Amino acid sequence: MPNNTAVDAPFMEVNPELCKGCQLCLGVCPKSVIAISDKLNSASYHPAYYTGSDCTGCGLCYYACPEPGAIRVVKP
Amino acid sequence: MKVYEKAPSFYEVFERKSGPAKQATHYCPGCGHGNVHKMIAEALADMELTSRTVLISPVGCSVFAYYYFDCGNSQAAHGRAPAVATGVKRANPDSIVISYQGDGDLAAIGTAETIHAANRGENITVFFINNAIYGMTGGQMAPTTMIGQRSTTTPLGRQEHLHGNPVRMCEMLATLPAPTYIERVGLGNSKQIMKTRKAIRKALKIQAEGKGYSFVEILSPCPTGWKMDPEVAREWVSKEMEQVFPLGVYKDESGNVDEGSWDRTFKPFDTDEVNTYLQRMKTSMTEGEDVVLKEDLRCKFAGFGGQGILTLGLFLSQIGMRAGRQVSWFPAYGPEMRGGTANCSVNLSNERIGSPLVDEPNVLVVMNQPSLDAFEKTVPDGGTIIVDTTIVEGKPDAERLNAVLIPASQIADEVGTPKIANVVILGALAAATGAFTPEFCMDTLRSVIKKKNLIDMNMEAFQKGYEFVKNM
Amino acid sequence: MAIQFMKGNDAIIVGALAAGCRAYYGYPITPASEIAHAAARHFPALGGVFIQAESEVAAINMVYGTAGMGIRTMTASSSPGFSLKQEGLSYCAGAELPLVVVNVDRGGPGLGNIAPEQADYFQVTKGGGHGNYRLITLAPNGAQEMCDLTMKAFDLADKYRNPACIMADGITGQMMEVVEIPEAKPVPYDHSSWAVDGTPATSKNLISSIVLEPEELEAHNLKLDRKYKEIMAKEAIAEEYRTEDADLIVVAYGVVSRIVYSTVDQARAAGMKVGLLRLVTLWPFPSEAIAAHAERDVRFLAVELSTGQMVEDVKLAVEGKAPVHFYGRCGGMVPEGAELMDEYRKLMEGVVNA
Repeated sequence: MPNNTAVDAPFMEVNPELCKGCQLCLGVCPKSVIAISDKLNSASYHPAYYTGSDCTGCGLCYYACPEPGAIRVVKP
Repeated sequence: MKVYEKAPSFYEVFERKSGPAKQATHYCPGCGHGNVHKMIAEALADMELTSRTVLISPVGCSVFAYYYFDCGNSQAAHGRAPAVATGVKRANPDSIVISYQGDGDLAAIGTAETIHAANRGENITVFFINNAIYGMTGGQMAPTTMIGQRSTTTPLGRQEHLHGNPVRMCEMLATLPAPTYIERVGLGNSKQIMKTRKAIRKALKIQAEGKGYSFVEILSPCPTGWKMDPEVAREWVSKEMEQVFPLGVYKDESGNVDEGSWDRTFKPFDTDEVNTYLQRMKTSMTEGEDVVLKEDLRCKFAGFGGQGILTLGLFLSQIGMRAGRQVSWFPAYGPEMRGGTANCSVNLSNERIGSPLVDEPNVLVVMNQPSLDAFEKTVPDGGTIIVDTTIVEGKPDAERLNAVLIPASQIADEVGTPKIANVVILGALAAATGAFTPEFCMDTLRSVIKKKNLIDMNMEAFQKGYEFVKNM
Repeated sequence: MAIQFMKGNDAIIVGALAAGCRAYYGYPITPASEIAHAAARHFPALGGVFIQAESEVAAINMVYGTAGMGIRTMTASSSPGFSLKQEGLSYCAGAELPLVVVNVDRGGPGLGNIAPEQADYFQVTKGGGHGNYRLITLAPNGAQEMCDLTMKAFDLADKYRNPACIMADGITGQMMEVVEIPEAKPVPYDHSSWAVDGTPATSKNLISSIVLEPEELEAHNLKLDRKYKEIMAKEAIAEEYRTEDADLIVVAYGVVSRIVYSTVDQARAAGMKVGLLRLVTLWPFPSEAIAAHAERDVRFLAVELSTGQMVEDVKLAVEGKAPVHFYGRCGGMVPEGAELMDEYRKLMEGVVNA
């Protein structure tokens, strides 16, 4: 299993304050690299977060996410 | 490098939104509105349409769409977004107008506006969020609620015989000739979402190219209204809703329609052009001369519809106008205009005219018996009554009134057609009242009669009527 | 001179074109349809917009769209159709949109009939739809005024960013008179600070009547209220004929004011000192003009084509200082001069109590 940890590796990031914890991004991620935090954000949701590796930058989580600013995906 | 992030067509901070969370939407977790918002914003930015876009927000959960989009925004009454969109698009055809609506808004209270904007082929884009429920008001039945689906107003589930069936808008609209593009897409899974993205972009492109009306229905989850977890709700879109609302392209003429086909023109106010145009509306009558009336004429003309009663009044009015008098003409209007009896009141005065109605005419023309019966008694003593004896059998009181009996219809028939009996009567009226010379009347008629080949016949009719009375 | 003999309904469109109105949206209804006919002929010919809308509701909302762009626009209807426009007018007032709506009043309630009436007075002058708002309302009484007051209505609508209404009646709409064609002049209002017209210059603006927070909505209502008070202070118009020494002042508007005008000299010849106070604006109501007479020994008679609507505002203006009587016909019946003379006689003899 490849481990994309290089600086130019694709990644997704979640703004934990804008995430409403709907988990739709988890369901669509082909690599299952998104997880739900144990912590609550200030709106009392458990936000999603990137587990840190293997993101392909496909963008499916971005489109599955209903929040305009919650997910950002970068594919170098 | 490819970056997926908040499109610049969104405001950086949602200042119009109340409360502390000014970067998050007001939508519930897992709601489909946000997905569609994102794809619209992305398309507007990519296509460089944002700054000339007007987004019409509806009533429903997306009533606050104007919180988010950094473009011109207009918030419409419930169901009226397509009408508002029409008002914007027609007055600025270069704008990009989006009508964003939910199911209650689009398919219930605004059905008429939806269908007719589509039928006119308005060059707008309608995004229809179908989530089979009223979200904002508390989970009531929507026009698209599915059979068996529970809502707060269908607690036992929607039943066909009680509540009707879910309305399929794409199928209905696709029967219309005008729409260019109609597609139903969904948000049930990533594949569907990416198809939705494509449909949104296509719809906006069609508008930008002036190719006409585009309509994208998006099956969208409402986890709160459906009382489901977001992921279960997504699945319900693809497993259940799709059964009733099949996805697909219902109409696509975009390949057959030329760019600009549905562009409409709009010119801003140009005072010179308007003034030139308005000046053309002025009377075509030749210059007249001031004629002072010996006494005001308060006329009532009455007869059958089709006898030219109203035209008789108009002719006299125009003679009065050309003579520089104050003039009013008032018809009994409505069903009378379309057969039955007709009458009109005409006032000619040297002074400002009070009531345009003539209750006590000093000149009464009757061209049928019922009119004689109805109005003779309203003429004050010494007033003039002109009767077309070809048609009217009764005789007015010649002791009390200045009775002018003339077989006007017969005279007119001899001239060429009984249809110009009204002009024979006009000649008789000129002679009986002495208000205007026959030459002045005939000059006026010449300039107001539109069909120039009929002028000679009308002149003869007038003269015959005038002479008949003079020789009485 | 540029004159034409035309219907009051046609004169409205002449005035609208001269005022720079560029878009007309309407639905056919007797006795207002000629307005739509004229608009259909003239607006497209001048590069403007005419749409026969699918409903009165759609028509006023198309107006909402164009008015929100800061472009002069209008709609016209008659009573039942005017009722249907109330929702849209409330939104327009809430969003502070300038536009003109014409109501050629016919007989009601319900489908009523197509004959003239003035029984929409309450609806027109008290807001009509939901919420705290008013329509600036002008009541022409002849074809020239149908033209001129339409132009004025556009100016007032722009000046105050509020819908303005032409309240006519079936007779004023249907009658023809000589109309001097006005000159079109540039529109002296710039709406770019608030309008949304689909250009980059206005893309930060918002047209909306929703104000979610109660304290903000109260502030918005109070702002509207200040505007309405300013209009009341500045824009009321009445015309008076022989009122200065009158014992009986007849208050009327629209076609009724014409009928009353015909009777004033007649009444004086018969020894009755009658005067006419004719309302040009129904809202703002010319209370001061009426109140100015109430201080002396005088009585008022409100005559209208209704069972008594305007009379309430006359009473409010008089504040109990003088007797206020009422005479009305409705359902399409129109008082004749002789009938009014009888009424004057009764009042002057003190037969009828206030």
